[in-house]
Amino acid sequence: MSMLLVQQILNGLLDGIYYLLIALGLSLIFSLGGIVNLAHGAFFAIGAYLTLVISPYLGFGGALVLSPVLVALLGIVVERLFFRRFYRSDPILSLLLTFGLAMVAEQALRMIFGAPPLSYSIPQALRGQVVIGNLIYSFYRVVLIGIAVACVAGLWFLLQKTPFGRVVRAGVQNPDMVGALGISLQPYMVAVAGLGIGLAGLAGVLLAPIYAVHPAMGNEIITPAFVVVVIGGLGSFWGVVVAALLVGLVKGIMVGIGYSAASTAAIYMLMLLVLLFRPRGLFGERITRLEQ
Amino acid sequence: MSDEHHFTRRGLLKTAGGLALVSGLSAPSILRAQTAEVIRIGHLTPRTGFLGPLGEYAVMAVELAVEEINASGGMMGRKVELLKEDSVNPQTASTKAERMIERDKVACIIGEISSASCLTIAQVAQRNKTLFINTGGNSDALRGSDCKRYMFHVESQNSMYVKTAGRSFLKDGLVKGKKWYSLTADYAFGHDLLRVAKRFMEANGGQFAGDDLVPTDAADFSAYLLKIRDSKPDLVVINLAGNQITNFLKQYAEFGLTYPVGGFGFDTALAWAAGKGNFVGTWPVVWHHLIETPGTKAFVAAFTKKYGKPPENQAWGDYIATKIVAQSINELKSAESPKIIEHFEKGAKFDVLKTRQGYFRASDHQLMHEMYTITALPADKIKNQWDIFTSSGPVPGPNEDLEIIAATKEENSCTFPT
Repeated sequence: MSMLLVQQILNGLLDGIYYLLIALGLSLIFSLGGIVNLAHGAFFAIGAYLTLVISPYLGFGGALVLSPVLVALLGIVVERLFFRRFYRSDPILSLLLTFGLAMVAEQALRMIFGAPPLSYSIPQALRGQVVIGNLIYSFYRVVLIGIAVACVAGLWFLLQKTPFGRVVRAGVQNPDMVGALGISLQPYMVAVAGLGIGLAGLAGVLLAPIYAVHPAMGNEIITPAFVVVVIGGLGSFWGVVVAALLVGLVKGIMVGIGYSAASTAAIYMLMLLVLLFRPRGLFGERITRLEQ
Repeated sequence: MSDEHHFTRRGLLKTAGGLALVSGLSAPSILRAQTAEVIRIGHLTPRTGFLGPLGEYAVMAVELAVEEINASGGMMGRKVELLKEDSVNPQTASTKAERMIERDKVACIIGEISSASCLTIAQVAQRNKTLFINTGGNSDALRGSDCKRYMFHVESQNSMYVKTAGRSFLKDGLVKGKKWYSLTADYAFGHDLLRVAKRFMEANGGQFAGDDLVPTDAADFSAYLLKIRDSKPDLVVINLAGNQITNFLKQYAEFGLTYPVGGFGFDTALAWAAGKGNFVGTWPVVWHHLIETPGTKAFVAAFTKKYGKPPENQAWGDYIATKIVAQSINELKSAESPKIIEHFEKGAKFDVLKTRQGYFRASDHQLMHEMYTITALPADKIKNQWDIFTSSGPVPGPNEDLEIIAATKEENSCTFPT
């Protein structure tokens, strides 16, 4: 195997980690609340724009902490005002709602910041490249991936090892039973919406220095993130992780072997194949209430 | 969290209120009456989607132009009323063009950036015998197989961009015997540019080390950057569009690659978005805000005063097209499209804010005018966020025919089918 292909495989895997931050939130909000959040990309864009607003005062580090928190708070407001009205209704209604929200958010960004993309660069301290033998990688991306992996590990711990996580997982499987046990899912849903949307905001901060910051930037990332959720399967944490890496890998290899034009199509082919043979996704659990 | 649906008084009021709001928003267009005292100009350009950022500059410019025209007496003493709409996509563009012509009786339609939408608007314009001036669609086909008698082009065609940048690459010794690596946006605009670029390389003795088509939704270029690094090209050629160019430039700097960069299509808004230190390379532009002519200086000053930032090259196209229409209508004392077209085809000359005047070539309706290449300044020489490049002199040079950078009849022929 050529050195270039090895590089492409590694790069593809690392690429997948960006999708992961978006896809985990999408998957959580859908599994627990039954809401297909098409506005998730908009929260990603808001996170990026907040970085531009905050960093002149507090630097990139300040934005890295504050921006996701603000986006999470916004997510909680949206959950309280809108999402909670749609948990038990037809998913098509929440789909329409979030589709509308995404357009409102995009236009609001356009009205406040203007349509042209805004300039933002990698902070001086994080510039440079890492060279190992013939391999080259951006130092900033190493930091980015470190932060992303830490967040994913933290989320896993929260969901699998804490009382909070147990209730959330039970709520995904059988909300009525959780209710019968005297536990209200409402506060958990608030927390999950805040967490999931906050992660999208974090992805916005992390990608602002290397992507063009413009009002429609959420649209670029939301579609692959949905593909990741579908391939991984609902309700499965590791399913989403594996799917994100797989999507990055397939894209990287397609570009690496010279079929770049088909690199987007390849992801959809992958999704099609997974759906044909495993309709619930690679590791999707059987969620009774979603299969009627 | 209730499944029940009650038909309540409050619910009814909400619905009624909502309906009133919605109909209130759409009312102004219905009430717009026909009056003889104004001349209407239709402006269509994409304001959302990936061309939206450029469309915003187009709208700002056309508003400024109409304001100036009205301040100096309008057209034939009549006030100019501007109707502007988001063209969205080729189908919507066509519907809106039809409505502007049939219902609002516009004198002409100005605008567009997408070549596909240019074509559908031109078809409507041709059918209704109304002038359409394209200010942003680059495809050679619009001036060739798809040309229309009622469509004129202020924007340069792809061939002009390629030949302008190509001259600069030839001068820098980046063509003969050299290897290029190109990234091309995988849709009509990119394919058209790549075809013209390959013709240029074949004619001048260079070759391609690599040539990747990039899906239009790709935002991450790391995989391409690794390939470019592996093939060690003499020049990296970017035939991407819109925000993809900004993404590429930011990530090219991020990976620390240092091969010379250039491209055949560009907009200064993308350089500004990439920012100091990230913006590199040599690029062709139709116009830029640092040109040292009195016309450009006045336009830049007026635009900056009104909007707080300098105009982008797309702003020039819509501004100049509107000014050309106003000047022609005032000179002819007629707003009838056939008369304006006859005037253009006779080779009327117009101030286009450059060193030489421009004119529409009768054979394909392309504006003949000077172009420029801009080269990124090193980070330590940059004084502010806008002036981040230096410019070549006008291309073609002062003693050359303006037509030498345009496509020849053999390369692209137009027959104006009726």
